[in-house]
Amino acid sequence: MNIIVCIKRVPDTADADLAIDRSGRDIEKTGLAFDLNEWDSYAIEEAILLKERFGGTVTVLSMGGEDTNESLRKCLAMGADEAIRLTDPAFSGSDGFATAKVLAQAIRRLPYDLILTGTQAEDDGFGEVGVMVARLLGLSHVAIVTRVEMEDGKIRAHRELEGGLEEVVEVKLPALLTIQTGINEPRYVSIMGIRKVAKKEIKVWGLSDLGLKEEEVGLKGSDIGLERLFLPLVGEGAQILEGKPEEVAAKVFEILKDKGGLV
Amino acid sequence: MEEFIKGGAFLIESISPEKIFTPEEFSEEQRLIAQAATEFVTGEVQPVMEEIEAQKEGLLPSLVKKAGELGLLSGDIEEEYGGQGLDKVSALLLMEKLSQGGGSFMVAYAVHTGIGSLPIIFFGNKEQKRRYLPKIATGEMITAYALTEPEAGSDALNAKTIATLSPDGKYYILNGQKQFISNAGFADLFVTYAKVDGEKFTSFIVERNFEGVSLDEEENKMGMKGSSTRSVIFTDAKVPVENVLGEVGKGHIVAFNTLNIGRFKLGGGCLGSSKSALQDAVSYAKQRVQFGKPIAEFGLIKHKIAEMAIRTFTMESMVYRTAGMIDQILKRIDPHAEDVGMQMANGIEEYAIEDSINKVYSSEMLDFIVDEALQIHGGYGYIHDYAIERGYRDSRINRIWEGTNEINRLLIMDMLTKRAMKNRLPLLPVAQRLAGELLSLRPTVDSDDEALTLQKEMVEMAKKITLLAAGAAVQRYMMKLAEEQEILGWLSDMVIEIFAMESALLRAKKTMDRFGDERAEIQKAMVKVYVNDAFNRIENFAKQIFSAISEGDTLRTQLSALKKLTRFNPVNTVSLRRQIANHVIKVGRYPF
Ligand SMILES: Cc1cc2nc3c(=O)[nH]c(=O)nc-3n(C[C@H](O)[C@H](O)[C@H](O)COP(=O)(O)OP(=O)(O)OC[C@H]3O[C@@H](n4cnc5c(N)ncnc54)[C@H](O)[C@@H]3O)c2cc1C
Repeated sequence: MNIIVCIKRVPDTADADLAIDRSGRDIEKTGLAFDLNEWDSYAIEEAILLKERFGGTVTVLSMGGEDTNESLRKCLAMGADEAIRLTDPAFSGSDGFATAKVLAQAIRRLPYDLILTGTQAEDDGFGEVGVMVARLLGLSHVAIVTRVEMEDGKIRAHRELEGGLEEVVEVKLPALLTIQTGINEPRYVSIMGIRKVAKKEIKVWGLSDLGLKEEEVGLKGSDIGLERLFLPLVGEGAQILEGKPEEVAAKVFEILKDKGGLV
Repeated sequence: MEEFIKGGAFLIESISPEKIFTPEEFSEEQRLIAQAATEFVTGEVQPVMEEIEAQKEGLLPSLVKKAGELGLLSGDIEEEYGGQGLDKVSALLLMEKLSQGGGSFMVAYAVHTGIGSLPIIFFGNKEQKRRYLPKIATGEMITAYALTEPEAGSDALNAKTIATLSPDGKYYILNGQKQFISNAGFADLFVTYAKVDGEKFTSFIVERNFEGVSLDEEENKMGMKGSSTRSVIFTDAKVPVENVLGEVGKGHIVAFNTLNIGRFKLGGGCLGSSKSALQDAVSYAKQRVQFGKPIAEFGLIKHKIAEMAIRTFTMESMVYRTAGMIDQILKRIDPHAEDVGMQMANGIEEYAIEDSINKVYSSEMLDFIVDEALQIHGGYGYIHDYAIERGYRDSRINRIWEGTNEINRLLIMDMLTKRAMKNRLPLLPVAQRLAGELLSLRPTVDSDDEALTLQKEMVEMAKKITLLAAGAAVQRYMMKLAEEQEILGWLSDMVIEIFAMESALLRAKKTMDRFGDERAEIQKAMVKVYVNDAFNRIENFAKQIFSAISEGDTLRTQLSALKKLTRFNPVNTVSLRRQIANHVIKVGRYPF
């Protein structure tokens, strides 16, 4: 079984104070650490687990600049077989739809039975690229997948629904799944793994390799234009609770009860 | 043949930024190695920190073995013996990242992969390597290093442990006691030392289950409480003659070479711990509100945050510069040579001065950093629930082991003097020339600029002042200088500050050259503050040295020359520190 996994490299903003850059449409990224999108690390692990059980290959795809190589190589070190980076000046400014077009076009050139993506990306959190790729390729998809089982060329995918409900869906291959965190336990990368793939080539495909036109991608090929990014104004009525965690929890409970937040 | 920079040469040469290695140049592979180590600590070590602290039976060795499965233990071991054969930059990255928030796990790791196994890597014969290294690489066998004795601490060669050849010539019978041995409680293998026939100091590989090897109780320590520290007792311990490491009577070569690299690695460990203390402090300062605002907004707190970040930066610049030099010299070695280990040890010895400098500097900076980090926590820093309480206690041992900082300060001057005498380093001619030029020497740059011209000149001047002071001290005491420890201590401090200033300066310049001013901005600010302050310290050391060794007219001439050489305008450290602190607070951690 040939599996393709789409990944994204994102900034880690856990400890940082976010600031808006001069364009007003992005955050300031200097000084931030970057890493594989959390959802994607589950997707790549799931792909490798499937490969270990059923054989085949895992190919990782990412649209991004040269620094994306680090994340692609990490996936190789975890056990992926091939990595391809989709890079072109024309790609910059792509929204989810334009990104999906680039990914789909790359996937068309590869053999595949199954495509995995993360459910969403940590940075812009649209949660749309995976599903759009499926649509563009005319594939069935299952989103927010928490468990994957394989039987006679079919996939039984468990989905997480609101209120703790679980749904089980059966799809025929080829198909696309968007993977939810917690589906597995992403493995640690070993030093042996890193050394083994240190010299492995990461292929780079640009606009012309993919046979795409400039107006189909980047800002021009995007339907969504980001107008302005801003930090929410600090509103009135905020309350800072101090004390031990148990005390704070009790106070939160009281406040929620008072304001009708608990039923 | 690859070119290499001589150990200690930084004192007399002006080195271009291109010649040093900086963390901005980590390769993709090195960054992935670092990340693998970080993920291991975050995922496996930190969640069980309290249990490690309580020395939960079997926990620490099981973590070491897990690290072994991932190849984290075998960076320094050749591929032939199941290791990864990594370069020293990568090996240091492993050490740094596994120490960052790694608590006592760091001790088990550092001893096992450092002083516990390096003697076998460097000095083991093929058979010993084949027998032990593959198991050390996976963690199947955990190692310890047993040098210290109750009466032989700093004076390690004064060992009382004795080895006697058995009548059948098959065994050495060891009797004696080793004290404060890290990893002892779960080690399978001890590299130890004993005097054959009460004279010939010799190194041995002793397995835990050899007859006659026993352990005393765990010590009740101040910090690194999760690590195991016990006495190892040899009572007619039977050690096969094949387990002599190196040659009989050559144990000091094994011991001292091992310590060189132990000191180098300790720098990486302190660096990791510094980064985690800084991060804790910044995150606390951002959320702790007093007088209506986060304490991170107060000037005195910013001063602390900036200073912690600056010293972490200098430390990082020094240890990776050293790692880069070691890698450079090791490239000259044929990996298939019969005595490759010995050649490696010799190569590393070239930088024994830098190793001692890094050891002293990084352990003292870490102590400063955990102290300030705790202070930022106020009373909460004194409470066990906050990680810095442990970090503060854990830090302290670093000034004591791997040679106390006093011993290392003496060693720095001792090694420099010996290299000067043997003409390995032309310190004497340079010092003599300087003394001749004294009257015409004076600073030529007086204003601060963005190219760090002033700081470069100050570093060069600091070297001259140090050589002048050292030259004057040699002239005054001649062969008796070794007895003037206070003077040697100050000279050492000057040498250490020079290496610190210069490493930070060269790194910032390299960042500027390669990536432009914007990326170098904070590094430059750090260099300006650090050089400003360190230069003042150097001036003060020099004053004290001259006042101790000279009097009358000589002293007056020396002091007035010194005054001329140190006539630099100070920079505005308040605004620079605020700029640095604001950046660190914004990114929420060590910023590079
Ligand atoms: C937690 C812990 C773990 C350890 N792990 C190990 C281990 O794994 N293996 C091992 O072999 N050892 C280990 N040690 C021992 C450690 O290396 C020694 O404690 C250290 O070398 C100092 O020796 P000492 O304690 O006997 O102090 P001493 O040598 O008695 O020194 C006392 C003081 O005198 C100073 N001093 C000594 N000589 C001079 C001099 N000539 N001039 C000026 N000042 C001097 C010292 O700097 C120090 O300040 C460990 C110690 C501890 C506490």
